Amino acid sequence: MKELLWLIVALPFAGALILAFAGRKLPRTFNAIVGVGSVSLSAILTLLVGFEFLGNTTPFIQVVWQWFDVYGLSPNIAFHLDTVSLIFIFVITFVGALIHLYSAEFMWEDKGFVRFFVFMNLFVGLMLILVLADNLLLLYLGWEGVGLCSYLLIGYWYKDPKNGYAARKAFIVTRIGDAALAVSFYILFMTFNTLNIQDILTAAPSTWTVGSGIAVATALLLLGGAVGKSAQLPLQTWLPDAMAAPSPVSALLHAATMVTAGVYLIARTHVLFEIAPTAQHTVAIIGAATLIIAGMSALYQHDIKKVLAYSTISQIGYMFLALGIGAWSAALFHFVIHAFFKALLFLGAGAVIWVMRDEHNMFKMGGLWKKLPITFWTFLIASASLSALPLITAGYYSKDKIIWLAYAGDRGSVELWLAALVGAFITALYTFRMVFLTFFGKSHAEPTRRPGWIITIPLIILAVFSFAGGFIELPEDMGHLTLISDFVEKTLPTTTLSVLQPSTELIFQIISAVVAIAAVFLAYRLYFNKPFPAAEPQRNAVQRFFFKGWDFDLLYDKVIVEPMVFLSRINKKDFIDQFYAGLAYITRQLNALFSATQNGQLRWYAMVVVAGAIIILTVIFFP
Amino acid sequence: MILVWIIILLMGTGLLAWLASRWNTFLPRLISLAGTITYFGITLWLWHGHDPGVGNQEWIISYTAKWIPTFGIQFKLAMDGLSLLMLLLTSFLGVICVLVSWKEINSRVGFFHFNLLFELAGITGVFLSLDLFLFYFSWELMLVPMYFLISIWGHEDRIYAGKKFFLFTQASGLLMLLSILGLYFVHGQNTGVYTFDYEQLVGTTMAPQIGFILMLGFVVAFCVKLSTVPLHSWLPDAHTQAPTAGSVILAGLLLKTGAYGLIRFALPLFPEASHRLAPLAVLLGVVSILYGAKLAFAQTDFKRLVAYISVSHMGFILLGVYSFNEMAMQGVVMQMIVHAISTGALFIIAGAVYDRIHTRDLHQMGGLWRQVPRMGTMGLVFVMASMGLPGLGNFIAEILILIGSYQGDFKVLTVIATVILITATAYALRIMQKVFYGKEHKVWKIPDFDVREMIVMLSLTGVIIWLGWYPASVFRVSQTPVQKVIEKVRIPKPDQEEEMESVDRADIFNIANPVDVKYVTIKKVDQVQKINLIQTE
Repeated sequence: MKELLWLIVALPFAGALILAFAGRKLPRTFNAIVGVGSVSLSAILTLLVGFEFLGNTTPFIQVVWQWFDVYGLSPNIAFHLDTVSLIFIFVITFVGALIHLYSAEFMWEDKGFVRFFVFMNLFVGLMLILVLADNLLLLYLGWEGVGLCSYLLIGYWYKDPKNGYAARKAFIVTRIGDAALAVSFYILFMTFNTLNIQDILTAAPSTWTVGSGIAVATALLLLGGAVGKSAQLPLQTWLPDAMAAPSPVSALLHAATMVTAGVYLIARTHVLFEIAPTAQHTVAIIGAATLIIAGMSALYQHDIKKVLAYSTISQIGYMFLALGIGAWSAALFHFVIHAFFKALLFLGAGAVIWVMRDEHNMFKMGGLWKKLPITFWTFLIASASLSALPLITAGYYSKDKIIWLAYAGDRGSVELWLAALVGAFITALYTFRMVFLTFFGKSHAEPTRRPGWIITIPLIILAVFSFAGGFIELPEDMGHLTLISDFVEKTLPTTTLSVLQPSTELIFQIISAVVAIAAVFLAYRLYFNKPFPAAEPQRNAVQRFFFKGWDFDLLYDKVIVEPMVFLSRINKKDFIDQFYAGLAYITRQLNALFSATQNGQLRWYAMVVVAGAIIILTVIFFP
Repeated sequence: MILVWIIILLMGTGLLAWLASRWNTFLPRLISLAGTITYFGITLWLWHGHDPGVGNQEWIISYTAKWIPTFGIQFKLAMDGLSLLMLLLTSFLGVICVLVSWKEINSRVGFFHFNLLFELAGITGVFLSLDLFLFYFSWELMLVPMYFLISIWGHEDRIYAGKKFFLFTQASGLLMLLSILGLYFVHGQNTGVYTFDYEQLVGTTMAPQIGFILMLGFVVAFCVKLSTVPLHSWLPDAHTQAPTAGSVILAGLLLKTGAYGLIRFALPLFPEASHRLAPLAVLLGVVSILYGAKLAFAQTDFKRLVAYISVSHMGFILLGVYSFNEMAMQGVVMQMIVHAISTGALFIIAGAVYDRIHTRDLHQMGGLWRQVPRMGTMGLVFVMASMGLPGLGNFIAEILILIGSYQGDFKVLTVIATVILITATAYALRIMQKVFYGKEHKVWKIPDFDVREMIVMLSLTGVIIWLGWYPASVFRVSQTPVQKVIEKVRIPKPDQEEEMESVDRADIFNIANPVDVKYVTIKKVDQVQKINLIQTE
């Protein structure tokens, strides 16, 4: 079964190819079957391969062909399956397939149905390449590829220039990170003479001393790539705008693909971060700062999808925090759970927007819980999971692990723990603000249609996972089940604790549980059944600052975009060309001058001859 | 002999096409198509028959005939892997050019194809010549037909653009002629043998100052063709004003003659001087990369924008060539090919848009995707190629040049050049937005790509994707020539100078005692290998 690994990657590409070449001529049902079917088959294959892999978890490498071989750089088109990549391909194909299924109904009336599925299939295929690549160059192929797909899908409704702007912003901002990543390849190849990931990881500890400048620089460059794709500080600004995409795209982008690439990259190259403690600590700080900054912004949004966008940035911040403190398995655990509930939230929000005919403003919704019961209940489960409500939700187990390790891990600290805790409070607050505004209170508008079963089924499946997914990994004092961490730790190192008292863990669990419940209660007091005007609320300066995502856009506009535009405007005509034009002009003037002397008048010629003779004679006789 | 036949075939087809235009306009097209397809077939056959594994000889095929023996001028053609790749490219783009001109060119059809085929003949000559006089001859032969192509069938400012192109190329060509003659006399005085034969001229010893000046003559001529900043300013005008086929040949092939010249002549003939030039050359390369991208971003004329993309891409050639590193050099070879494909395709798209809406102004376009989805898809592919998206050939070229040159002496400049990843995204996405996405400024009723155009575009797409996923097929062919060039240009480090001297002495010995040639050559090879070993250590 393992030998079919390549097929998992190839199927989405095959689907995209069939659709691209034949899709326009064939009926929509066929297109939907190809688009959804290819990814679903990949998911089934992943399960089969995964079951076999569980029996024998030694990494499996499948070389499809040799890419090229130049001067020692000989990357293969090869896939590396180990426990980490298996978790990723499982989430990508499984959540991806559900989102594809959902899209089949969601996008049914859209004119570009075929184009949509071509891009979606490519997106999944390239993300699979990213996480399965056995060398950095192939990883980079997937890495850039998902960037392209995000560009194409964010700008899917291309007629609106705003969407085009958001799409370009996403691509260009992430390319900044990609450039940093590329530079890290230069250093890695120079040092290790290979770009094979496992070879580098094996050789690095003996080549570089811990904390050496070059190790830190390389890790920071990798981090640069990661913050771009994962929308962390300071390159987070593209993600809120990426909401221009159709909702299923957002679900795919936020849950299964794209933004988790950074998390994957750091987990994959964990050795390089461990020998660069400064860089790893930077990861933790970036994560902590991002989760609070993004959470604050989420509190002030009125667009339901923007709340979720900032929430993604914030939750990825938790993953970065976990990576930064060496809590590798906790980061991946949260990644899996987050994929389930965030996909569900986006699909749920998408369903709401869909039935409300493209209404994004939560203040114009309200009272939907009776009218859309399945959507409401599944959305509620996902929200509870995102808010980490204790004991019953999967999000609690994954997030609490990170919060606990932020304090108790040997690289944790009180500051990081506090940041994570404050973040948890904010998360629960904005989540339930969203729930109460959207589904409770006075109804502002009537839904115009009901979601069909193709939209509903993925919601239900994802709700089950958002609820039950957490029970595969339980804390030491509650059941002590360590399926995920055992699995992950076959590839990644175990997290070491600095404090080893189970009793303390219980205290910390209670604290974070209380924090989450308190936040939900606060949200209930502030937003439940309150009469809000349907119009956009008035904001004071501080609120506007948070609403605008801490004005990072303004900053970058002033510091980067405007100077760039100015530069390109002042020298549109290329001053170097003016030099040559000047040369030509002088030549023409000289030509005019000399041809003026050829006037055909005898006396003028005679005078010139005499003058010339005088000059020559003067030069000869009076040197 | 096959090499001569290729050139005769092209010239003959050209003449025939011209003659055929007496009867109708269809015949010249057909004849030219047949001629270029035959040429393509021959190069494919040569490629297929070429086994890179066998032997270590430098040239796969060579042909030498007497031409003007008094002056040591020969008719010497030879093909190695690099030339083979360039011939493949030339013949492939030749077919494409005939196809894209099928409906675009309607006046003086016969003369157009005559020029087109003579242009191809000249370019082929440049890629094959191993006699510097013959090389210069072919170099000039490329100039005239292209001048006509621009000035007769071009757009509104064609006369100006044609003149500018002619003057730049001619002036720099003269510098090269002076250098060729200088080299001729230096070598003659050293050895008593006055010859233009490349293989004999390689390794000519000369005073560093003279070597540097002679090299500059070559490098300036090649850099004008490569459109290196600040010698680039002929290119935007020529590319913009030329008819589509002209733009494709200019971007796809003419620029490559500059790159080819650097690799084939400038480096092996003047290794020491090249090393002295390297910092400046790499700097100019990086400046071209970024400055070209910056100007591309500012343009409002579709073809002019693509022209500046060429400037940017050609900067990579300088960066790679003057890193003196096998990986970077392989990247350069790849860049020569993929740039021809991707930029050629963009010019074809720009030409197709112009044909339909009669403007190149980006502000007049917008929202074309709805009308012409096939054109939009193709545009997307090649826009992505020119910003170096992995999976398409350009990525392989760029990443190899960047990684390769970072292994050399110019680490900071390489890192600065990496900024192109961001700026290229900006200009590339601008094309998509202005042409295919966004609001429709005017509602055009235009037809999408027809079958002929789709054949052209799909074959280009096929090649660019194939090169992105299986570039090994190119590297296998170019490996030997690239290694030979690197070997020739390698300068021993100071502590190995002693050994190098002994090699030089062996050289002298070699000439003095022809009987011992075999022995000495073996010894020499051993020593060279020893040096290589020391260096790799």
